[in-house]
Amino acid sequence: MVRREFLLRGSGLLAALVAAGWLSPEAAAQEWNRAAFEAKSIKEALEALGAKDASAGADIVITAPEIAENGAVVPITVASRIAGTESIALLADKNPSALSGVFTFPVGTLPEVHTRVKLAETSNVHVLVRAGGKFAFATKEIKVTLGGCGG
Amino acid sequence: MGSPMKVRARNDGGTTEVKILMSHPMETGRRKNEKGDLIPALFIQQVSVQHQGKVVLSAQWGPAISANPFLSFKFRGGAKGETVKVTWVDNKGDSRTDEALIA
Repeated sequence: MVRREFLLRGSGLLAALVAAGWLSPEAAAQEWNRAAFEAKSIKEALEALGAKDASAGADIVITAPEIAENGAVVPITVASRIAGTESIALLADKNPSALSGVFTFPVGTLPEVHTRVKLAETSNVHVLVRAGGKFAFATKEIKVTLGGCGG
Repeated sequence: MGSPMKVRARNDGGTTEVKILMSHPMETGRRKNEKGDLIPALFIQQVSVQHQGKVVLSAQWGPAISANPFLSFKFRGGAKGETVKVTWVDNKGDSRTDEALIA
């Protein structure tokens, strides 16, 4: 097989994977951030996210129950009013791993997301917003009567 | 192949709201079965949502997202009959893609 043919076949496979949705162009470009997700403490997770210098921000809205009966399913809505918001990360102080998830918003998507997270116990939940390369965070305490990470 | 997702997309004037309910155990790797053995970690790591081939939301998750994950968000634009496609990939390399037409 000539080299050109081999290269063509290789790129065709990649294109097919992208087309099939197995690999979104972004997902292919962006590896799962193992260091950040395996960090035990908020401090380590912030470092792994490159957000050591995050400052408290007023323009982040966290909507979640004051008391969650079931820590396995805690509904949470987070919205950023900061112009140029690129991504929002959810973190919890008392979980075995601090980082729960990171949501990335391309231009045209409203910087607001609703999901459900697990909380091992009553904990401060931090919402970290990246906008224009800078980080801001907001915090809300959620009380848990039944933990969500035990066996 | 994972289990099917439920995907709903509804255009409301200028924006389209997408609601996704995935079917996945989201095992943390810390729970034990009846025999006391650890259940291995099994959780979605990457999520990508596309509208007409353009990414409108991507996410990276750890095991602290609840089992059978729910996700909703809005993007500008979108028209009735256009396609929203959702793909997830978990830590064992399993993946699932489902589509919905915007209503």
